[in-house]
Amino acid sequence: MTHIMAPKKIMKSLILALFAIFLVHFANASSSAGQHEGKSEEKEFDVNGMIMHHIKDAHEWHLWGPEHGGTSIYLPIILIDGGLKTFSSSHFYHGSIVAVKDHKTGLDVEFIAGAGPAEGYGLFHEKIYKLNEGKLSIEDGHVHGNIKVLDFSITKNVLSLFFGAIFILIIMSSVARFYKKNGAVAPKGLAKFLEPLIVMVRDDVAKSNIGEHKYKKYVPYLLTIFFFIFFNNLLGLVPILPGGANLTGNISITLFLAICTLVVTLASSNKNYWKHIFATPGVPVALLPIMIPIELVGILTKPFALMIRLFANMTAGHIIVLALVSIIFINKNAAWGALSVPMALFISVLELLVAFLQAYLFAMLSALFIGGAVEESHH
Amino acid sequence: MDLILPEFGLLFWMALVFICLLFVLTKFIWKPILSSVNEREQKISESLELAVKTQAEMKAMQAANENLLKEAKAERDAIVKDAKETATKMIEDAKVVAKSEAEKVISAARQAIETEKGAAIAELKTQVAAFSIEIAEKIVRGELSSDDKQKALAEKLATDINLN
Amino acid sequence: MYGSIAAIGAGLAVLGAGLGIGRIGGSAMDAIARQPEASGKITTTMIIAAALIEGVALFGVVVGLLGGAK
Repeated sequence: MTHIMAPKKIMKSLILALFAIFLVHFANASSSAGQHEGKSEEKEFDVNGMIMHHIKDAHEWHLWGPEHGGTSIYLPIILIDGGLKTFSSSHFYHGSIVAVKDHKTGLDVEFIAGAGPAEGYGLFHEKIYKLNEGKLSIEDGHVHGNIKVLDFSITKNVLSLFFGAIFILIIMSSVARFYKKNGAVAPKGLAKFLEPLIVMVRDDVAKSNIGEHKYKKYVPYLLTIFFFIFFNNLLGLVPILPGGANLTGNISITLFLAICTLVVTLASSNKNYWKHIFATPGVPVALLPIMIPIELVGILTKPFALMIRLFANMTAGHIIVLALVSIIFINKNAAWGALSVPMALFISVLELLVAFLQAYLFAMLSALFIGGAVEESHH
Repeated sequence: MDLILPEFGLLFWMALVFICLLFVLTKFIWKPILSSVNEREQKISESLELAVKTQAEMKAMQAANENLLKEAKAERDAIVKDAKETATKMIEDAKVVAKSEAEKVISAARQAIETEKGAAIAELKTQVAAFSIEIAEKIVRGELSSDDKQKALAEKLATDINLN
Repeated sequence: MYGSIAAIGAGLAVLGAGLGIGRIGGSAMDAIARQPEASGKITTTMIIAAALIEGVALFGVVVGLLGGAK
């Protein structure tokens, strides 16, 4: 018994130790921020800035410590600017902070000018611009006049995307291996946990929305969409390294997923679908000039709503948790943790539900749209 | 604002990763999983069907058995009834035969008794006649010993004969 | 200033969505109480309808974010 328990115990203590390190550094970061506070009195804890920093993409994976000068993993930067340029993002984060005047508001705005191989590029709000004589011209908080470089960097979200894909592949291939090895038997272990989800996507999502005869072709797509969103949502809830990026709460990701559903829908649309758009049955001809544009816009609004729903749900969840944790730092008193930690915990648990629900909804609504496109007329 | 503006680089990586993932998962993972799940479901439904069929067969067999039993019972009952009937008939017949036989015997006996009785009575009559003649002889001897007595007797006999 | 107006807008959006989702949940409960055997189908439909309303509310949240984050 003991030799079985031992690895478990080690894992447990490892996780505890990691958690402790995380907490201690978090506390250090806040205390150092507090010391900083003492030196320059007017510098308040910037909740908005902190939250936005966490939910946006970055070129580093910030682990702990203050925002600049803390411990982070510097991710590779890949630029296409008259040829391929690759260097570490540490050349930005260890570069110099330059302040320029906003042309419109007249306030000082800070950006990071790159050093070494990053010379000539500036990092402003995690976006890379080409500098004009070492300067960015900023108007009303936005960059004007500087060229935004084509940025194919492995950012935090891209790395998280890789992690998510690898997780899905590892877990799902172990499930597939189980079935390959054992054939059609009752599932065990991981397969036992994942099979109900797979069967749910197949039966409740695909079969009931697309129809008995045509659903088979779309099951792999719906399964991929479901598990991609589900796993990445869960990964986003993990606060330490493999997780923590707000991947499914990033508009680029949800945009791509929505485009996929749009493409699948349009590719599988039949005559009946287009007939419903250009000559909706039961609508008088006089109304068609109004109906056709509405229906055409409707083709796009459906995936658009999918995109916004997933993005806003996940981002809102991250914002709420971060805002609740921020209560402690706004009040500069650890005792507020008694209020904010249970609330953040509650929201985190709720987010577990949301993580599943959003994946389910995305797959469900995709199936619904595909079902509408392949439906045969039955008038 | 840049929160809701898609980033080209991320979009590129997402497209690359997602399409690869879709391809690999579809080809190497969803296919075996779905096929074995389907296979198992088919197996289960087939087994269920078989179970229902077997049950129906069992029921049919049971019904047949019961019928057979019922028939056998009916046959047995019929046989027993037949046997009983035959037995009673035989008894009845025997009774009738015995009765007639007995009656015959009785009537024969009666006849014999009658004849015997007749014979006895006849014997008795002859005996009695012999006795009475003897007695009458004796009496007559006594009576006819004197004239007077002969005369009186003759008279009396004469009257008796007249009376007769 | 933008932030506070955006917050009011987000609050209004949440109000509407709350009313809508509340009505859906209530009606779904009614329906399930009447026909407990159809609870699975009702729940699925309820979740879809709630998600559609939530989507509208989240448009409000996004606009709020835009205002807040500038």
